Amino acid sequence: MSFLAIENLTKRFGGLTAVNDISFSVSQGEILSVIGPNGAGKSTLFKLIGSFLKPSSGRVLLDGAVVSGRQPHQVAQAGIVRTFQETTVFKEMTALQNVVVSHQLGLKATPFGAYFSTATARADARAAAESAAEILDYLGLGHVKGELARNLPHGHLRALGIAIALAAKPRVLLLDEPFAGMNPEETDRAVEMVEGIRKRGITVLLVEHDMRAVMRISDRIVVVSFGSKIAEGLPAEIRANPAVIEAYLGQDDETIGSY
Amino acid sequence: MAKSIPAVSLPGSGRLLDGTRGLLAIVLLAVFLYAVIPLVFSGRAYWFNVMTNAALLSFASLGVWITFAIGRVNIGQGAFALLGGYTSAILSTTYGLSFWLCLPISALAAGLAGFLIGWPLLRLRGIYFAMVTLSLTEAVRLLFLNTLGASGGGILNIPRPAGLSTPLAFYLFAATLLLAGYLAVWRLANSRIGWVFRSMRENEELTMSIGIDIARYRVLAFVLCSAMGGVAGACFAALQQNIYPATYTVSDSINFMLYCFLGGLDYALGPIVGAFGLIMAFELLRSIQEYQALLYGVLMIVVMLFLPNGLLSIGALLRRGAR
Repeated sequence: MSFLAIENLTKRFGGLTAVNDISFSVSQGEILSVIGPNGAGKSTLFKLIGSFLKPSSGRVLLDGAVVSGRQPHQVAQAGIVRTFQETTVFKEMTALQNVVVSHQLGLKATPFGAYFSTATARADARAAAESAAEILDYLGLGHVKGELARNLPHGHLRALGIAIALAAKPRVLLLDEPFAGMNPEETDRAVEMVEGIRKRGITVLLVEHDMRAVMRISDRIVVVSFGSKIAEGLPAEIRANPAVIEAYLGQDDETIGSY
Repeated sequence: MAKSIPAVSLPGSGRLLDGTRGLLAIVLLAVFLYAVIPLVFSGRAYWFNVMTNAALLSFASLGVWITFAIGRVNIGQGAFALLGGYTSAILSTTYGLSFWLCLPISALAAGLAGFLIGWPLLRLRGIYFAMVTLSLTEAVRLLFLNTLGASGGGILNIPRPAGLSTPLAFYLFAATLLLAGYLAVWRLANSRIGWVFRSMRENEELTMSIGIDIARYRVLAFVLCSAMGGVAGACFAALQQNIYPATYTVSDSINFMLYCFLGGLDYALGPIVGAFGLIMAFELLRSIQEYQALLYGVLMIVVMLFLPNGLLSIGALLRRGAR
């Protein structure tokens, strides 16, 4: 039984089939990337796995349990947590508050207990504060933890988005275009960060555009085009796959490159 | 470095009453309600009634503030005040129940209505939610107008609550209710639940993604709000000893929301400052009869223009200026 299984996932919007019968599986501890040209259905696939959309048919299983078609918060509770593109964080809170407030899973006190600030609730709060500080340090945000999120530069916001997701203690982290709009040095740092997340025992599934980073970081790659899976394999296999090169025709040769 | 965020506001960090500033606000409010008002208006029954009314309107408005906390503009509080008022009025006149029993029943009835109405409606956001809640006030008014038929929907001769026979006594009761309500809401805002509300106000999708069942929290906020509206309505009916479908109209619903704005949405004290400020201003402007509404309007515009974050933001402005 595979850890995370995507089985015949299909999503139709009216007459448009955005995701067409896609299947693949992800092993525990793996970094798997989904790539594809613009409009290939990557984002839709991503939302289906995070259950922010309901599939027209097919299903997603985590450890053998069906998670598709459930509410996003239930999927997060099951261990699949997503990040968002760009700068989706709680802008009017400090970096630290962003991450502390995201520690809502695995708490011991009930909301009622939290209201009356029982000893259990205070222990929860202490644990969350410690864990949040640790996550921020780990992602290199320790020095800006008192800063309001809306004042943070772009690169920091991306990392903060990941910190928020890590606070929910995911087993699978879904990263939505983590390298978009980054220069090479920023990408290097982000690649290290993703490696670091894997070292924490978290399986990473990422959807990405930036082939350069994807080739470096991924254990395996799934390629989608026009809603369908056209290839799956190791980075080296994908690079040499004629169908993939075909799908990317019309894009700069450099996008695929020789990495 | 995070100038506008006080150091105490780490999510759910501390003890039941953390933060000197929060404590200060409670003490100030208590002094204002229990000492300043009784001394200033000593022996003037009319003003005690005005202040009782202000306290009750503040209480209902405090409920609306909770729905603001989850990022919803609620213009339906009048509906729940009416529901609570009628529940209490019917129970005390027809069934002879004591006010002290009617009060919690009104809270439950309004809260239950809030639950039933809120569950489907709270999916709506922004202007859509605001518009639907606005029509709710009118719908409930029409409901009582038409179902209670002959008398025009009014219920008269509601008995005075036992023990609250003088204006001062009633005022002190309303003041205590308000202080308790403020404490409860302030604690809510600073607890983990309050921080979840805040996250939802900022971004519902992001809040879902970290495992929070936002539908539940939304309904919780709306039920608390509605119950507070019900309590305020029941008390007001007992104070006036009558209730009509027009006791709470759309303009009252709008006022509940305005008080929050005027005082400042960032502060649980906001609706109280807003309500007392506006009601006192309105009373003081009574002497210039024909210009009352005009001046009142100008006053509102000036405040909104220069203090868009409400009257209470003046403190933060001054602190920033002094830096």
